[in-house]
Amino acid sequence: MNAAIGTYDLSKTYRIGELHSAYGTLRDSLAGAARRFAHRERGSHYEEIWALRDVSFEVPEGQVLGVIGKNGAGKSTLLKILTRITTPSAGRVELRGRVGSLLEVGTGFHPELTGRENVFLNGSVLGMKRQEIQRKFDEIVEFSGVEQFLDTPVKRYSSGMSVRLAFAVAAHLEPEILLIDEVLAVGDAEFQRKCLGRMEDLSGSGRTIVFVSHQMQAVTQLCDRVILLEQGSVLLDGPSNEVVAQYLQEIGGSSSTRVWPDAHTAPQDEFSRLRSVRVVDEHGETVDALDVREPVGIEIAFTVQRADGPALFPKIKLWDARRNVIFNALDTDSRWEAPAAPGDYTTTAWIPPNLLNEGLVTVDAGLASIGSPKLRPHAGCVDAVSFHVQDLGEGDTARGRFTGQVQGVIRPLLDWTTEGR
Amino acid sequence: MADTELEVRERPPAAAPEPSEPAPRVDRVTSIRPAPRWPHLDVRELWLYRELLGTLVWRDVAVRYKQTSIGVTWAILQPFLTMVVFTFVFGRFANFPSKGVPYPIFTYSALLPWTYFAGAVALGSASLVSNKALVTKVYFPRVLLPLASVAVPIVDFLLAFVVLVGMMVWFQTWPSAAIVLAPLFLAMAIVAALGVSLFLTAVNVRYRDVPYAIPFLMQIWLFLSGVVYAINALPEKWQWVLALNPMTAVIAGFQWGVIGTSAPDLDKTLLSIGATAVFFVVGLWYFRRSEPRFADTI
Repeated sequence: MNAAIGTYDLSKTYRIGELHSAYGTLRDSLAGAARRFAHRERGSHYEEIWALRDVSFEVPEGQVLGVIGKNGAGKSTLLKILTRITTPSAGRVELRGRVGSLLEVGTGFHPELTGRENVFLNGSVLGMKRQEIQRKFDEIVEFSGVEQFLDTPVKRYSSGMSVRLAFAVAAHLEPEILLIDEVLAVGDAEFQRKCLGRMEDLSGSGRTIVFVSHQMQAVTQLCDRVILLEQGSVLLDGPSNEVVAQYLQEIGGSSSTRVWPDAHTAPQDEFSRLRSVRVVDEHGETVDALDVREPVGIEIAFTVQRADGPALFPKIKLWDARRNVIFNALDTDSRWEAPAAPGDYTTTAWIPPNLLNEGLVTVDAGLASIGSPKLRPHAGCVDAVSFHVQDLGEGDTARGRFTGQVQGVIRPLLDWTTEGR
Repeated sequence: MADTELEVRERPPAAAPEPSEPAPRVDRVTSIRPAPRWPHLDVRELWLYRELLGTLVWRDVAVRYKQTSIGVTWAILQPFLTMVVFTFVFGRFANFPSKGVPYPIFTYSALLPWTYFAGAVALGSASLVSNKALVTKVYFPRVLLPLASVAVPIVDFLLAFVVLVGMMVWFQTWPSAAIVLAPLFLAMAIVAALGVSLFLTAVNVRYRDVPYAIPFLMQIWLFLSGVVYAINALPEKWQWVLALNPMTAVIAGFQWGVIGTSAPDLDKTLLSIGATAVFFVVGLWYFRRSEPRFADTI
């Protein structure tokens, strides 16, 4: 019983229907009840899904635990139970010490109140005593860097400013157990570094931290141990490097090809249908991971189903691991200016070498037509495929001989000219 | 969730020294379990969160007066103008009974507790949904939200009360000794508003019809509370029925103390107190029972 956090056979079920149409009107509900009564299907109406299933682990005091997994694996549910926002359906949790949580920075910020007032409001909501906030007030303000706007209502702040202030408050919580969900994805690069530093300070001071994130780099850097969740259960539990590596391999290995053999379940609309999306190298082979010095192709196979549709063209959108849009691109070839004849097509978009930064890249692929003000989407798939960009560090890429993390959404290899001696 | 079975055991600091934490540490063990079948209210936990309650009330009051251009004036204008209209319609044309005091002061002194009650129920019943961001992101006893909401309109009440004092001087109306009981009748209004709010705000999490029903509900309730006419002028039978409405006793009791009208019947007042208790207990029970699902369904 010396663990700071212990979960024992923790499970949480949701009834389907609760997740999606979470609330309705009284009328809908009465109508539903009447329908169920009429069809004598009482009780069998709801289907249960397990958001968490028999999750057991212990976190010793002072350990920094990372929790990773795909969307819907149960990471957020786990954190919501640990923070007591929601109740488990079965099992129990033991927490030793004061618990602080950062599920989202700026919780409880009120736009009409000034920065100063919001520091007190937010601190109080996060569980700090008024006295404690007063004591740390100067420190918080200094950390945030918004001194001169303290008496301005937060609604006049830029989003960056309010995020900085919010994070500053949160970073000065000093509980024994800190639960964090993806807060590092905020602010500019310098501020992120500051936040990362603050988290390292906190973890160094003997606090127990649970960190849920999609950012594998931050997870490996901060955590001693990582738990990989899949469909609500613990799939892997071990040293962070090993678990992260295995996870990356797994998601990379299974996601560089997407094929829809069944015409009924493929992404489609009345005019078009996707058949497959692949990540390919210059020889046309499917690849999961690529050297940053090589071009990469996104191959989209699709079918035009009707001749009377709008002028369709293929389109891709690339995301980095932090869910930043890297770029949007569409095929500008003149052949797509008029509606294409019905039939099968295969298009490959070539991304030049030395452009993408290292890490996981996720691709949305599909067809679109010109609309106003936005493109009109047709058959398309979000997160269709993903791949890893690697740099072997041989000195001939944009990173040169630098070995640290290169920031930025892209990392082009530029031509530099120098004059003078 | 307060509804998880929560045990907080506090022990003196452990022997091991903690260099990074100068403040004395308290070893608190929190145990989270599935929601119990029979909800109960954890008063001790509420006490631990008393500061947050204060902060929430302060926030709502601050925002209320910042967002509006005439701010404080609203608190006075609303009951005052209603009084003017009621005086003309019900006092002059309809000649409603007013316990022997000038109609304006009769209806204004009834409108004060009534406006508080209607405002508290409107704010309280929306309290969970309008604080969705808090409910889904941080833990605290959810009861604090309706509790803070019913506290906020007290400020408006106090402001409007100043006008009542002015009117009393103007109409030469004086309070009776029972004015010492007036705060108790107001406390009854607070408890009743809290009970109704607890129930409605929990319903509102699941069904968003509540905000549409409230103005309608309050309109009818107003006419059943003795705001526009004196309840004691009704047939005895109906007075008993209306005593089930806590606001009849609140208004009659408040007027008894503040403007010196005749004392309300003790037995009907006791019935109203009983009704208030039922409102509160049922509201709290329903709220606590729904609480485990708030974050999932809101």
